Amino acid sequence: MIDVENLSKRFVVRSGRFRRERRVVDAVKEISFRVDRGELLGYLGPNGAGKSTTIKMLTGILVPSAGRVSVAGLDPSRRRLELARRIGAMFGQRIQLWWDLPLLDSFELLRHIYRVPPDRYRRNLERFRDVLELDPFLQTPVRQLSLGQRIRGELAASMLHDPELLFLDEPTIGLDVVAKQRVREFLVELNRERGITVLLTTHDLGDIERLCSRLLVIDHGSLIWDGGIPELKERYGGERMLIVDLERPEPPLTVEGAVVERVDGPRQWLRFRGSASELTARVARSARLVDLQVAEPDIEEIVRRIYARPPGA
Amino acid sequence: MADALGVWRRLVGAQIRSQLQYRASFALDVAGAFLISFLDFFAILIVFHNVPRLGTWNVHQVALLYAISMISFALTDLVIGHLDLLPQKVRDGTFDLVLVRPRSTLLQIAALDFQLRRLGKAVQGAIVLAYALSGAGIHWTAARVLMLVLTIPVGIVIFGAVWVAGSCIAFWTVDGGEFTNAFTYGGNFLTEYPVDLYSRWARRLLAYVVPLAFVAYFPALYILGKPDPLGLPRALEFSGPAAAAAACVGAAATWRFAVRRYRSAGG
Repeated sequence: MIDVENLSKRFVVRSGRFRRERRVVDAVKEISFRVDRGELLGYLGPNGAGKSTTIKMLTGILVPSAGRVSVAGLDPSRRRLELARRIGAMFGQRIQLWWDLPLLDSFELLRHIYRVPPDRYRRNLERFRDVLELDPFLQTPVRQLSLGQRIRGELAASMLHDPELLFLDEPTIGLDVVAKQRVREFLVELNRERGITVLLTTHDLGDIERLCSRLLVIDHGSLIWDGGIPELKERYGGERMLIVDLERPEPPLTVEGAVVERVDGPRQWLRFRGSASELTARVARSARLVDLQVAEPDIEEIVRRIYARPPGA
Repeated sequence: MADALGVWRRLVGAQIRSQLQYRASFALDVAGAFLISFLDFFAILIVFHNVPRLGTWNVHQVALLYAISMISFALTDLVIGHLDLLPQKVRDGTFDLVLVRPRSTLLQIAALDFQLRRLGKAVQGAIVLAYALSGAGIHWTAARVLMLVLTIPVGIVIFGAVWVAGSCIAFWTVDGGEFTNAFTYGGNFLTEYPVDLYSRWARRLLAYVVPLAFVAYFPALYILGKPDPLGLPRALEFSGPAAAAAACVGAAATWRFAVRRYRSAGG
């Protein structure tokens, strides 16, 4: 669905009022990746890492400085019109709905802009009204909608023409927990039902963990991770935590292959790598165990660790 | 093409509906645009109050130039005047949205912020046209009527092409708006007066580079049956449509080239 090879984007920034300085910024540096049809892919990176620039090249907004991009078999910047019909895009901070018009009018206009056949439009609208619960504010001018309502409206708007591929830039930013949940469920369902491919940038790691099977991480314009979430945890978050409840309070245990991180009464936290069952057996030999649990590192922690690495490490 | 026009009509229709929701303010807007544009014409009347002729042109003849130019320009403004918002869209990155939709970028910009009140200026131009025709002593022939009728669409296309090409500067500099205005509003002003009053280089520029002389000057010469004070080839009087077509080709190429330079904005 997406095929990117050695893609780069370079901006020339001029600064200074009288003595103009010319500075070259490599926003994206020779990244390559492929996305198959039906994948739900997370695209992660700190601010200014090159996420948005990549998405803009994939949607035909920006012309790449070098490299090759193919989306749905098309070169985005050269075949922009054709591509636009087949993809949907939602940029959380940019409003695509008509500010002064009722939500439904915006949908009507988009129907004509995208040439959606009437029956398909009716079917989609009915479905989105139901899943995203749009009915209470369908006749409300967009400027009067709450953020959560507007995002739901925007999502529906970007899907009315049945895109094969959906680009979502921060789709859950600023939403409350309930609204976030609703948006996530909607995306999972669409992906399952229609096999739509979704590429999602986000700062919300909950989005990633609940939605994505694969993750791209970009930093300083370079791709530093491309793979599944379990592998990412394995590689960067190899250490897990064994939490044991002992019969009675004990001094910190000394067991091979683990370090006690914290003690709280009879409960102890042991940081370890490798097999949890072997460690449990070792702990059981040195103290009486009542209960235990293994905590996986959360992705937030892992991503923090990745970002903290010096570039090129 | 028909489909594109349909979309334009719908987008514009939606905006007109929302503008008409505030009827009183809309009426005031139209009246304001109408009155303010009359000040321009008063300036011309004041000049003729002091001198009987400008070069070989009397007041009704200049009024004809003025009216043709004003009507064409006002209608251009109505259709694509919101290109003035382009620098802002390019700066804050909202031009992105135009690019992810499966329609021509120009069509979308044209349908972006339609202001019906701009019609006020065209109405004023029509009144001046009536004044001009009443006193210019034109010997009407079918060909001259046809020329007058054709002059307006040709003028719209030429002004439109100049506007589009001039707006492209927004893709290079952050604040190019004034540069663009020099060509658009400046062009409107230039064409309201007889081209033969200008210096040689300005005349050449208007006839051959930025083809604004074809908006009002050449057609007016023909309609008035006036020999060209400059002695330029008579064929130029009939070349408006060709000039308009050439201007369109040039503007479209400039626009396409410029859009590829778009850099969006962070975020």
